[in-house]
Amino acid sequence: MAEPLLEARGLRKAFGAVQACDDVELEVAAGELRAVIGPNGAGKTTLISLLAGELAPDAGAIRFQGQDVTAMPAPARAQAGLARSYQITSLFPRFTALQNAVLAVQAKGGHAFRFWRPAMREAELREPALAALARVGLAERADVPVAALAHGEQRQLEIALALATRPKLVLLDEPTAGMSREETQEMVRLLEGLKGELTIVLIEHDMDAVFALAERITVLVYGRPIATGTPTEIRADRAVRAAYLGEETG
Amino acid sequence: MTRSDLVALIGLAGFALFPALAWAGGVLWAVDLASRMLIYGLAALALNLVLGYGGLVSFGHAAFVGAGAYVVAILSFHSMMGGSILGYGGTESGFVAFALAILVSGLLALAIGTLSLKTSGLYFIMITLAFAQMIYYLFISLPDYGGEDGLSLWARSDFGPLDIGDDVVFFYLCLVLVLLFALLKRRLVASRFGWTLMGLRDNERRMCALGTPSFRYRLAAFTLSGAVAGLAGALLANQTEFVSPAFLSWHLSGELLVIVILGGMGTLYGPLAGAVAFLLLEFALKEVTEHWQLALGPILILVVLYARRGLWGLVEGRKDG
Amino acid sequence: MSLLLVLEQLLNGLQFGVMLFLIAAGLTLVLGIMNLVNLAHGSLYMVGAFVCAWVSLQTGSFLLGLLAALPATALVGIAVELLVLRRLYARDHLDQVLATFGLILFFNEGVKIVFGARPLRLDLPEWLSGSVELLPGVPYPAFRLAIIAVGLLVGLFLFWLVARTRLGMLIRAGASNREMVQALGVDIAQLYTLVFGLGAVLAALGGVMAGPIYAVEVGMGEPMLIMVFVVIVIGGIGSIRGAFVGALLVGMTFMLCRAFLPGLFGLFLDPAGAAAVGGALASMAIYILMAAVLIARPRGLFPAHG
Repeated sequence: MAEPLLEARGLRKAFGAVQACDDVELEVAAGELRAVIGPNGAGKTTLISLLAGELAPDAGAIRFQGQDVTAMPAPARAQAGLARSYQITSLFPRFTALQNAVLAVQAKGGHAFRFWRPAMREAELREPALAALARVGLAERADVPVAALAHGEQRQLEIALALATRPKLVLLDEPTAGMSREETQEMVRLLEGLKGELTIVLIEHDMDAVFALAERITVLVYGRPIATGTPTEIRADRAVRAAYLGEETG
Repeated sequence: MTRSDLVALIGLAGFALFPALAWAGGVLWAVDLASRMLIYGLAALALNLVLGYGGLVSFGHAAFVGAGAYVVAILSFHSMMGGSILGYGGTESGFVAFALAILVSGLLALAIGTLSLKTSGLYFIMITLAFAQMIYYLFISLPDYGGEDGLSLWARSDFGPLDIGDDVVFFYLCLVLVLLFALLKRRLVASRFGWTLMGLRDNERRMCALGTPSFRYRLAAFTLSGAVAGLAGALLANQTEFVSPAFLSWHLSGELLVIVILGGMGTLYGPLAGAVAFLLLEFALKEVTEHWQLALGPILILVVLYARRGLWGLVEGRKDG
Repeated sequence: MSLLLVLEQLLNGLQFGVMLFLIAAGLTLVLGIMNLVNLAHGSLYMVGAFVCAWVSLQTGSFLLGLLAALPATALVGIAVELLVLRRLYARDHLDQVLATFGLILFFNEGVKIVFGARPLRLDLPEWLSGSVELLPGVPYPAFRLAIIAVGLLVGLFLFWLVARTRLGMLIRAGASNREMVQALGVDIAQLYTLVFGLGAVLAALGGVMAGPIYAVEVGMGEPMLIMVFVVIVIGGIGSIRGAFVGALLVGMTFMLCRAFLPGLFGLFLDPAGAAAVGGALASMAIYILMAAVLIARPRGLFPAHG
């Protein structure tokens, strides 16, 4: 089997007495859409932050594209092609959707020690930014300030920023958080379109979305992965039913 | 050209006519006050780069203004009185002195920024204040350069055929430098560098996740800001023909913050408006009472509480930027 | 450089340190709990010193001065909290810095109008102006010893207050969870006013102690304030323990450097010049100390929370 694109070995992270990540092993193959699910407080967001480099693990190692990135700071990981989105929308609220996307494109475009040319008029920034917006269905809304976008649109922009950095792998932290049913369906369609094109690690609470999208699912409980498998396998897994489904959906 | 540019252009054009008006009105001394407004405006523009666009509350910019001023004064001192500093015998030349003032203040900002930018928030405010105090005490501890009493300039810097000993000529020098930096800053803010700085101001975490390391850009902005503040200091030393540790004091750092807020933080020309308004207010209050600070204090509080967007907010209307 | 001289300077450092602590304690509580930067804290210190000096001059009694200074400063502090600072809690640090900068200008000018522009003298009563023999042949000023004693007692009181009492519990809870405390039915606004008044009293106490040693003059608060900021940054914002350790570190560093650096520099500077710059060099030393601490620990020695 080919080497996984992203690999975590024995990852641990504690906040005081709470073990948010307890010996996590994770292998994500290139091109895969992997969902990570688990009850509230299972440490899913912590895992994403560890993988993205925003938090340093207490123990364990992370490899990306066969390279050990455990000690690599977040910006360098992003440059290497590892992008993330946020559960709580994290945009640049004073700027327009396009300006947000341009910031993301230029972040990937090497250093920003360019002091003279107006960035917003640079075609090499604008065009990929517009493409990223179009990708998430925001082409029409490019010049609208973030503050004036609807919640669902902000969530779409959240994804667009991650895409605009041309990542090899995106870590999506609950892209449907706070969305209405229609907005969620829209988002599922969007993710469906991305599937295969990039590798995706998806954290999601909406089980319909997860089972519709994921090729493989990892179940996290109290910071510990208790099962990994195809949706069918996960549905049938006893430990999962006991620990997760039993608890959450009754 | 935006509405904001237009208003600034009209304002500066009006300012350019000021010496003529002052001459006609028989108040030529006011040209000196106008020069001072421009100098404070230049320093405030520089501060605004880190404060308004970078979101970094530097409470120590007096260190850079003061360092620039002292460079000019010390070079002039050695040129007149003999002796040398670091083996250099000093100079009266404005070209050399101003360039060195920019360089020294820039290097100082680089050093202070390297240490201070490791911290953030309140710690950053306090550490910049503390480093500025350190420079303040450094100059107090140099009796050769006047210690607490300061140092007088023999004459204003020598710019060859340009005699800045003449208040009107000096005024235009200030005006040109302010104009140049305002234009430079306008380009800078719209460039990739400027957007990166604003992105870090608004959402540092996201910028990092997108692949932008924050430290180097902030340090570059801080250094540039310090260098230009040093230029303002060089002008200030020439305007007063005297330097003292007061130029390094935290009162000046505070006043510069006030000027930026009063004018409009994160606006292109607000700090200029703020400088004019602040010095005018100071001048007017001083005319009324010797206890002018008793009134200035509460005015500041009211500005902070009720006029947060500053004067330039009125010009830009409701647009956010 | 004799051992006794070092000992004396260490005591001076301790004395200066506890004085810094008195002022720092109030400031760091306000910072940690209300998240408010109050530059005008130095003004309260100045007000305390002026009221004490003025009342002492009128009545001839230092004790009456002290007794007047504490409540008077508390009232001034509470008035400032109610009129201005209360509106600043929700604002960012920049707004707080600017508004309280305005307060400093106001207070400096106000004190000048009320008490005159000339420095006031604050004389010690007989029983405090002598000296005590610590060791045979080693006299030390009684007043400085009194400062050390009072400072340490206040320190103990504050530790007890914060760690053991209901008020302290509210203070700690208020710092970490405003909504929770409010939900429990505690009037947080009142709590804040109370804490602020306590801080004002401590600042006034610091001012009263500083009065007889340094000049009671307009602007005396600012150098002290900035030094206290250094103390708090070193100790960690919001931590009483940090303020205590930071204050002693800064106090000792300052006094030892002031006493011994000129001698050191005298080796290659002329002695007069070296002596003149001693104070300035000692001031620089504490900023260097602060930089060193922050490079090693960007959130201070005892980071309190968040």
